[in-house]
Amino acid sequence: MAFTAPNETYSGKVYQVEAGTDKTIVIGGENVLPFNSFEGNMPNRPVIAYEIQDVPPDDWPDTLKKVYEGVSGDPVTWAKYCQDKLNAKAIALRLIGTHPDRQNRSAQDAAKTVKDVLAAIKVPLIILGSNHVEKDTAILVAAAEAAKDKNCFIGKALEENYKTIVAACMANNHKLIAMSQLDINLSKQLNILITQMGFDKERLVTDPMCSALGYGLDYTYSVMERIRLAALTQNDLTMQTPMLGDIGMYAWKVKESTASEAELPVGGALEPRGIAWETLTAGALMIAGAGLLIMRHPEAVNAVEKFIDELI
Amino acid sequence: MALSGVEIFKLLPKTNCKKCGHPTCLAFAMKLAQRQASLDLCPDVSEDAKKVLGEASAPPIRPVKLGVGDKAVKMGEETVLFRHDKRFVNPCAIAVEVKDSMSDTEINGIVEQVLNSEMDRVGQKLRVDAIFVNNISGDAGKFEGVVKAIAAKAPEVPLILSTTNPAAAEAAVKAVADKKPVLYGANDSNAEQMANIAKTHKVPLGVVAKGLDALSALTEKIKGLGVEDMVIDSGARTAKEMLRDNTYIRRAAVKKGNKSVGYPVISFAQRDDVMLETLVSALGIAKYSAIVVVSSIEKWKNLALFTLRQNIYTDPQVPLQVEQKIYKIADPSADAPLLITSNFSLTYFIVSGEIEGSKVPVRLAVMDTEGLSVLTGWAAGKFTATKIAQFIKDSGVENEISHKELIIPGYVAILSGALEDKLPGWKISVGPREANGLGVFLRSR
Repeated sequence: MAFTAPNETYSGKVYQVEAGTDKTIVIGGENVLPFNSFEGNMPNRPVIAYEIQDVPPDDWPDTLKKVYEGVSGDPVTWAKYCQDKLNAKAIALRLIGTHPDRQNRSAQDAAKTVKDVLAAIKVPLIILGSNHVEKDTAILVAAAEAAKDKNCFIGKALEENYKTIVAACMANNHKLIAMSQLDINLSKQLNILITQMGFDKERLVTDPMCSALGYGLDYTYSVMERIRLAALTQNDLTMQTPMLGDIGMYAWKVKESTASEAELPVGGALEPRGIAWETLTAGALMIAGAGLLIMRHPEAVNAVEKFIDELI
Repeated sequence: MALSGVEIFKLLPKTNCKKCGHPTCLAFAMKLAQRQASLDLCPDVSEDAKKVLGEASAPPIRPVKLGVGDKAVKMGEETVLFRHDKRFVNPCAIAVEVKDSMSDTEINGIVEQVLNSEMDRVGQKLRVDAIFVNNISGDAGKFEGVVKAIAAKAPEVPLILSTTNPAAAEAAVKAVADKKPVLYGANDSNAEQMANIAKTHKVPLGVVAKGLDALSALTEKIKGLGVEDMVIDSGARTAKEMLRDNTYIRRAAVKKGNKSVGYPVISFAQRDDVMLETLVSALGIAKYSAIVVVSSIEKWKNLALFTLRQNIYTDPQVPLQVEQKIYKIADPSADAPLLITSNFSLTYFIVSGEIEGSKVPVRLAVMDTEGLSVLTGWAAGKFTATKIAQFIKDSGVENEISHKELIIPGYVAILSGALEDKLPGWKISVGPREANGLGVFLRSR
């Protein structure tokens, strides 16, 4: 018998979100499950942003640190290196040095870093705090002001601190990343709370919380699949935001990406193992629905870009 | 197509005799509908009903076995498209390609790697599951020789024998028929002969066609020739084609009851770029392949793919657990701190990861909370002062350490008083609430 293609038509569609002013990126816009372009449209390929930090990456493993040797001492040099030498489509600046347990940098310091980096690059900027609930409110407000009208992604707004961050994003014309902890309902609730403040839902990106391969990836993967299905099959307007996979910071701190071959003989050579860990974490979450990925190792980024080439 | 509980009930004797162990026929019908009971339990069911129910209850994707013995691989039997709906059943097999045109040294090297690929992760034994022997040379004698040599060196490893030449197929399958290899390579032009070989030697047949129309016609034809166990290949080779065809196949089988594609899928991930090959393999694992053929099996690649497979195929309703014991991290001396946490694998991984990251040697007591996290375990009465005290006493850790201090997770700070009562002479300290506070906590002590 002839095979009848069991196509699905969905009632919902993912919002299309644009960032940047000079060179821009657009994510989302699909009305099908990830890469299911055989039955609908996926107008934009997922975007990978290179992660940099406001302070030198002392806590990154050597495999990774050596890639940025000579440039990572200064965020501006680092950002330019990613844009000019690695052809980054976007840069994600993590203000990790503002964390009280790290260098405890001030909001003024953070604002200056943001301004300097923005002045040096043309590609869009993602500005991330240190995930410290209290500190991030001051830091991200200062960062949003410093980047006024530059159309950045700013995050992450959490249930505990979203109000001031949302207000700062509205006042300064930015897009917002909202993070909740591995639960589709929490994610939906946070999106609703944020839009109830008058924030346009089409300027929002959801981070359902990343986890590394082998360390809870199954949870992130399924939450992402469920969010995407809710957006498409139920036309749930609160779940139609593009999703973020904040890959690098999770993938590069687990044993498999950091332990030497002597410590982990079963894992073989460390260098390709670390790269593979970041690569597969990103690949799996992209298949589950992530449209924006933040990554660290250029070889992992290149592998995922080739994978996208083959998928679209 | 699967029948509902009520539809099944109509076919049962409706005597409520309880012989099946269920209080009523309706209750039994409901269990049958959920695939939690087998029809064999009913002694009085009619032959007619058996036939109807048998067909309806057959899984939408036929179970097919690759190989024999302990290392045999079960494939098929999948019932859903998304892992959050129900656990994916049979983990995708990883098979490494051996070409019969390779040198003996090369072939031996790969077989060695397969034999040494087994590893343990969260209590599961994971390994490269099979060898895909490819008759690249086109020579029947050479193919048979290589297949025999591999079978002799790795007698327990399941084999997939790939050839489109019936003479080569016959010789190779005959040589290792008792190992129940899959014979891959039946196509439109050799279907009769290949089906005959598979039937004679009772081995599953790998069927390849260009596109899903041709594939579904070919499986029907081969089924008509008397072969029931098949593995299918739609000819998809790029990631885009793989995702499309695998999705169509799974949907057609599961949602439309299309039996002509209700078979395990074999996918090919071989690429010159090893990282891209790893990603395409990952796509197969996540999106419905039953076998993924790879060109190389470096240790790091195996670890990454096995881990992904475990993540995708783990039961979303049942948390993975680690063994209850005292774990030594970074070679702790007798005065190193002693911490306790639950045995939910994610908790364990994150806590031990943070401790390793801190470079502070520690003893980590991991207590059996039936896979619940610290706070849930406490709320469910599985992570209580009494149980923790008992575990610490039974573990014998007291004889290993020179102090009597136990550090408990910040979320259960409330337990410290009760624990000091249950563990006389011990000091109970409260650690951070979240694992990510452990580094600072340990280094500042």
